[in-house]
Amino acid sequence: MTLVYIILILMFGGLISWIIAGKNSSLAKGIALLAVLADLVIIIGFWISVYDKFDLGSQQWLIDYRVEWMPQLGISFHLAMDGLSLLMTALALFLGAVSLIVSWNEISKNLGFYLFNALWLIAGIIGVFLSLDLILFYFFWEVMLVPMYFILAIWGHENRRYAGMKFFLFTQLSGLLMLIAIIALYFIHGKNSGQYTFDYFALIGTSLSAKTGLWLMCGFMIAFLVKLGIVPFHSWLPDAYTQSPTGGSILLAALMSKTAAYGMLRFVVPLFPEASKTFAPVAITLGVVSILYGAKLAYAQTDLKRMIAFSSMSHMGFIMVGIFSFQALSYQGTIIEMIAHGISITALFTVAGVIHARIQTRDMDQMGRFWEQVPKMGAITMIFVLATLGLPGLGNFVAEFLILTGAFKSNVTLTVLAALGLIASMIYALVILQKIFHGERRKEWKLTDLTPREVLAMGCLIVAIVWIGIYPQPVIKTAQPTVNSLEQNSNNTTFVNDTGPTNKMTLKNGDENMTMTRETSTFFLSLNKKGGGK
Amino acid sequence: MDVFQLLWLIPALPFFSFLILSLSGSKFSRTGVGVFATLSVGISALITLIIGIQFLSSPPAGHFYEQTLWVWFDVAGFKPSIAFYLDPLSLVFTFVVTFVSFLIHWYSIGFMKTEEGHVRFFAYMNLFVFSMLMLVLANNLLLLYLGWEGVGLCSFLLIGFWYKDPYNCYAARKAFIVTRIGDTAMMIGLLMLVKNFNTLDIASILTTAPQTWSPGASQAFWVTILLLGGAVGKSAQLPLQTWLPDAMAGPSPVSALIHAATMVTAGVYLIARTHVLYELAPAVQTLVAIVGAATLLIAGFSAIVQRDIKRVLAYSTISQIGYMFLALGVGAWSAAVFHFMIHAFFKSLLFLSAGVVIIAMHHEHDIFKMGGLRKKMPVVFWTFLFGAGALAAIPLITAGFYSKDEILFFAMASTKGSTWLWLAGFVGAFITSVYTFRMVFVAFFGEQKHDIHYKPGISFKIPLIILGILSLIAGFIELPHTFGHFTPFSDFINTVFPAVQLIPEKEGLELTLQISTAILALFGVFLAWQLYMKRPQMVARFKETGFGKRLNDFLFSGWKFDWLYDTFFVKPFVWLSKIDKSDFVDRIYGGVANLNLYFNKLLSATQNGNVRSYVLGVALGAVIALTIILFL
Repeated sequence: MTLVYIILILMFGGLISWIIAGKNSSLAKGIALLAVLADLVIIIGFWISVYDKFDLGSQQWLIDYRVEWMPQLGISFHLAMDGLSLLMTALALFLGAVSLIVSWNEISKNLGFYLFNALWLIAGIIGVFLSLDLILFYFFWEVMLVPMYFILAIWGHENRRYAGMKFFLFTQLSGLLMLIAIIALYFIHGKNSGQYTFDYFALIGTSLSAKTGLWLMCGFMIAFLVKLGIVPFHSWLPDAYTQSPTGGSILLAALMSKTAAYGMLRFVVPLFPEASKTFAPVAITLGVVSILYGAKLAYAQTDLKRMIAFSSMSHMGFIMVGIFSFQALSYQGTIIEMIAHGISITALFTVAGVIHARIQTRDMDQMGRFWEQVPKMGAITMIFVLATLGLPGLGNFVAEFLILTGAFKSNVTLTVLAALGLIASMIYALVILQKIFHGERRKEWKLTDLTPREVLAMGCLIVAIVWIGIYPQPVIKTAQPTVNSLEQNSNNTTFVNDTGPTNKMTLKNGDENMTMTRETSTFFLSLNKKGGGK
Repeated sequence: MDVFQLLWLIPALPFFSFLILSLSGSKFSRTGVGVFATLSVGISALITLIIGIQFLSSPPAGHFYEQTLWVWFDVAGFKPSIAFYLDPLSLVFTFVVTFVSFLIHWYSIGFMKTEEGHVRFFAYMNLFVFSMLMLVLANNLLLLYLGWEGVGLCSFLLIGFWYKDPYNCYAARKAFIVTRIGDTAMMIGLLMLVKNFNTLDIASILTTAPQTWSPGASQAFWVTILLLGGAVGKSAQLPLQTWLPDAMAGPSPVSALIHAATMVTAGVYLIARTHVLYELAPAVQTLVAIVGAATLLIAGFSAIVQRDIKRVLAYSTISQIGYMFLALGVGAWSAAVFHFMIHAFFKSLLFLSAGVVIIAMHHEHDIFKMGGLRKKMPVVFWTFLFGAGALAAIPLITAGFYSKDEILFFAMASTKGSTWLWLAGFVGAFITSVYTFRMVFVAFFGEQKHDIHYKPGISFKIPLIILGILSLIAGFIELPHTFGHFTPFSDFINTVFPAVQLIPEKEGLELTLQISTAILALFGVFLAWQLYMKRPQMVARFKETGFGKRLNDFLFSGWKFDWLYDTFFVKPFVWLSKIDKSDFVDRIYGGVANLNLYFNKLLSATQNGNVRSYVLGVALGAVIALTIILFL
């Protein structure tokens, strides 16, 4: 039940803030933040309590909660958590809290509705991270979309309608392709086995012909590629990232893009192991193109937020390279990249928001020599610019190094090209620092340095990025069981129906490990909801 | 207590000082900041000294000591640690880094007294010392890479220390990006090593590699050439040398510490550290020698025509590191490290003295506007002269003579050497002595052109005097066979390195070579005196001829490398970014959207309320439909 509570707390928190915002706006903000923080405490407490279990490595799933929802159609309300979803949930809550803190005073119009949307968006994101029923997954996927559209179209900057429409069309259309693929998979599996279900554990062993597998995988992949912002599906991204209010940009870039990466790790690779192997060269190529093309576009921008948006796109290319190299090193790198990039992009968008709040422009051609007036802001920005360009000692370096190390084992040429992204990222990242904080003063501005509230939020981000940079082991350890199963999965492409590795599961209340066939495993899963659901 | 356990403190102290200064530096008094930063490095130097003495008197088993702080990360059996490795090689580097840094920090207290942002300065300097120590003490290449990027960052921050001038920002950016190109090559080299050995631990790679790779193996070739890429970037060797002359935009202590004494020799350290790999790739090792030889000549010729005192020194740094590369390339490992140490002393001395001169001249860098400083600033004159003497390798009395002489001998006599490599070094030695004493004569002799009323304080003088003495006497710890044969330095460091393989018939040449080099160096001084003091009009007249002018411009611009890279890399990249600023992919989607709008307009135009056109439409549609049904 813990997982349900996590989502419900956010949803109710959102509703309550909306209701009372009209009377007391500070209280509404406080309640929204409290809801997120409460969840964060729950999840960290849970993490600490299960931390030692990751050493065993045999047991992937920590919580498994499943109740029938529409049994006639084989749809169940199935939430589960393993190391990966634990990390992602914690990240979503942490960055969600930061996004609320940094945009504390930014929203005044319709505050209640904004808070409602923000919290439902976070709830949707967490739902995506936890769902193991494909219809439920799709449901949360859409729950994310609608509040994000509102945030963008209502509280966005000057070009918000255009950006909102573009965002909606891209994500909605690609989402529909995924829905088609889900339904097709459902029927194929039903026809093969006589059991019509959307359950992840059941579908994971579905045998597909090479061609069908590829088509279905493309349905999923397009939805994920769009959300991740990979060339050539990235065109909505700079507009949406730029036009959102600060909080929205953070949620979009730091969290929503990660749902796509998560989707690839959780669904694409395990459900379509052979098809993903076939697709891998294309995927890595797209990743490399995104890295280099995104960096080149970032360099050309003068709008600060647009530049950060393209830099984000460039870094997402590394995630593609990492996932489709199918190596333990690069899987770990990908997961660390999801976290580290989430943190650093949050900080950069915060800086952009902080500057915009003070001088009402995002145009870097009007900035310059800010260091003189706001050294604190400059120093903090510098740390995250350095994280972006992959300075060792900060999280992004560990991530990108591991991705490249793993990728190098599977494809030398493309990895070398991806590594050129290290040069490219430095070229644009230095522009952010030097154009804004150094050089000539292009215009007279009255600037005030960061407030204690902003320093607090940024301080948390700094601690997090340094921690991942110098001691990422807790993250690696937590993700290890998931990575093991991904690795087994891709080593096992000659995959016969009943011996799928992920069908192996362990009874949580028993001592002995039992390997079960698919039919029995779903049976036990339904029994298990009482034991594992907490 | 085992003093080796203090090892971690050596990098940690400057790091803590950096943290304290950056978090609460504003609470210190002006001098307090400098003193605090200097002390942190000073204590590090002291600990190094204690550990060094211990190492000499009772060396640890196997001549190395390893200290692990924690495992950085552990994925699939690949687990680099935050761990230090102390052996004679890293001890020499640690000693030079901490000791020279300490003196330069001390000097900076006076130098930065009136500068804005002195807290930032000392914080960055401390961060630099920390990074450099991580680089030399790392037990694995990934941690070395952390230090490697860290020193690059500090170099960037300190070149751009006076951030208000866009030129300084440009210079800083250039240094960071150009070295990043080399670093990326190095990174790919690391990826190859992980793929082959599943570890980056230096000691275990060096033991496993000879067992797995035969000499000349293609894997060894690629790894070493990629690491060489990193080394030429950081050490400003061909073809990535262009950033160093511009790096002089930073304050003089920065040029002394980072861009002369320590950071730029990181490439030398890397190659020396991984020498086993280079011995497995003889082709690349020869390339190292050729890069060194070519660089020392190219940079030397450029130094002759520079007017900015710091640019002369910058080119001389590039050239001297060329000598170290030459030594590495011919397998004279210990000679390279020895020259590194001596060079660190005299080159930081030259930069620090130049810094005093520049302040005294109200930020004038042009040596031709100086002149006659000998009488006004005697201490600085003498220390500069000592440094210049060591740089020009004035025989017997300066340290530079012993270190350079050793390299030249090995360039000829080593089995990996050749007459051509020796000749390059020989010619380079002559040029060095000409440009060095051109600088000395023009700036310090002749008539005084500007009045100066500046007395350098005691905090300037003491570091200068210490470094001045070292520039003269430090060479005596490694005397050649022909002269004393007293070699404690190479005896100490050769537990790390194999001895140089000599060609027996060339061994006898040593004395001849030494005498000819000595005469050549002195002749260079004489020529400089003749050309720049006695007959300056000769040089001026030559410069006025068409060829002379073009040659001067060509050398002055550093052989047009900047122009080359600008034309072929920078400008195309900027052009490409400019024309595609709004992303052509987006235009395609935009085009689809516009096409839809266009058809929408076209179709809505048919809804015009005109019954006749509706009837026409229906009739035409019917005809077309019937045609299709009946005839197709």
